Amino acid sequence: MSNYSIPDGSPSKPGKESKGTASNAKYYLPAGMPAPLAEPAALFGPYWEGTRNELLKVQRNPETGVYQWPPQWIAYDTQSFDLEWVEVEARGLIYSWTRVWHPIHPAMKDAVPYLIVVVELPHAGGVRMLGNLLGDPLQDVEIGAEVEAVFEHHNDAEPPYTLVQWRAST
Amino acid sequence: MSNRSLRGKVAAVGVGETTYYRHSQAPEAEFVLCLKAILAACSDAGIDPRDIDGFASFSDDRNDPMALATALGIHELRFSNMQWGGGGAGVAGALANASAAIVSGLADCVVVHRALAQGQFGRFGQGAQVPMVPGEYALSLPYGQMSPAQFFAPKAMRFMHDHNVGQEALRAIAMASYHHAQANPRAVMYGRPLTEEKYDESRWIAEPFHLYDCCQENDGAAAIILVSAERARDLQQTPAFVLGAAMGSTFRVPSSPSSTFAAPDLGSSHFKQCARRLYEMAQLEPEDVDVVQCYENFTGGVLMSLVEHGFFEPEEAMDFLKLENLIAPTGKLPLNTSGGNLAECYMHGLGLQIEAIRQVRGQSTSQVPNVDVSLGVGGPMSPPVSTILYGSEATL
Repeated sequence: MSNYSIPDGSPSKPGKESKGTASNAKYYLPAGMPAPLAEPAALFGPYWEGTRNELLKVQRNPETGVYQWPPQWIAYDTQSFDLEWVEVEARGLIYSWTRVWHPIHPAMKDAVPYLIVVVELPHAGGVRMLGNLLGDPLQDVEIGAEVEAVFEHHNDAEPPYTLVQWRAST
Repeated sequence: MSNRSLRGKVAAVGVGETTYYRHSQAPEAEFVLCLKAILAACSDAGIDPRDIDGFASFSDDRNDPMALATALGIHELRFSNMQWGGGGAGVAGALANASAAIVSGLADCVVVHRALAQGQFGRFGQGAQVPMVPGEYALSLPYGQMSPAQFFAPKAMRFMHDHNVGQEALRAIAMASYHHAQANPRAVMYGRPLTEEKYDESRWIAEPFHLYDCCQENDGAAAIILVSAERARDLQQTPAFVLGAAMGSTFRVPSSPSSTFAAPDLGSSHFKQCARRLYEMAQLEPEDVDVVQCYENFTGGVLMSLVEHGFFEPEEAMDFLKLENLIAPTGKLPLNTSGGNLAECYMHGLGLQIEAIRQVRGQSTSQVPNVDVSLGVGGPMSPPVSTILYGSEATL
């Protein structure tokens, strides 16, 4: 099993891990997965800059307080192009999930099964995000269960990036 | 009654398909497969291929109308159209667009076509093997969510959770397709029956989908010819009249499969509004439908599509979705009577539409007795979705 279980405790802070020595075992999934590119920057930049600093940011319409995710160029409720980015608490509820058993990417050949969760953020208008559920890939997954974000720093990547992962709240 | 309707004004008069192959095994170029399917449909209809004056397709089919018209020596091309949407979501939409062209006078004889040669052009069910991904792809691919099964599994999972639907319901859908394929020599899974044990023991692909919940990937081509109802009555086949069609989406469903997770109504095939418009145009109710061909890229999509087409309430799924209810000729709602995408061929649903037409003609290999109303549901889950009803002369 190459899936990495983040140890219990507070999420690691940026710089805490030794740079340049990152092995694949630091990450939930093995190396070779496509890395996120913060493009178009005007649309996705604030989110990816936020995760580097362990902040979860989503788009909001400043006029109405309506959240939207993934980011859009325009607010769907007022058709305004003036959108703001706000930090939201990095926790949520499991809305749905799948456990993947069939590797369709060569890098995943020996990395199955793994868990993908859809996480709803009730405190941010119910927007949803995706991620892996850390821990035992064979664990029981409960829809409605509380999860908190774990910022998975890929400091050895070029450019470095940080994925938002999830783990059951303690 | 509104005059703005397709009801009874157009009919499918010719259907054709090539031999269906396992993926990447077609011995011919995709374009040749496409031409052969169109010629087979012309021959079935008894029309000269050069009299086709319109082409309609979906899912970014690579065989463009100018190339086809040139190759076939079409006298006068009058209509060409591509329905938006991925996979087979747009299959019934392409038929609707072709119908609308005929009703409006843009064209007289339109062929709807789809051809696939994945050996020539690459597979669908493979992950993106690229170092970096932008935009919405960056929100899912780095987490190992990169294939259709993985994108859609959480939708079915949520629906099953909300309504206490068990794996047996998905199994019954898979078994209906395989059951019917055993009577259909065209089916790739002909001679390869599926049992409950074989299903249960099959490996998971992405929960809640076992191997047998997932469609095949195939090579081949299919085509359907549509003309006006008046002209259809003079041709050699029993016409399958278009009674109604609808396409579209529910509220704010992301266009990219990689952000499927953000759809407000996640546990859905996105047919709720479409199906209502379909029945309105057809002036029919779900109870009037004699047989259903319902696109199964994954069985979970069928579960939600059938609910959203009004055949049963979500809470009734476990009672309704039993094999005996789903098989021809005796089932309450015979489903995917050619073997469908799972067991006949995954021609992005055009094979299912051909089967819906054959049921009206009385030519299915698993014929339902006295079919007057035949439903053909396009691909669920990746809108715009689309759906169409065909009927016999008696329904007009």
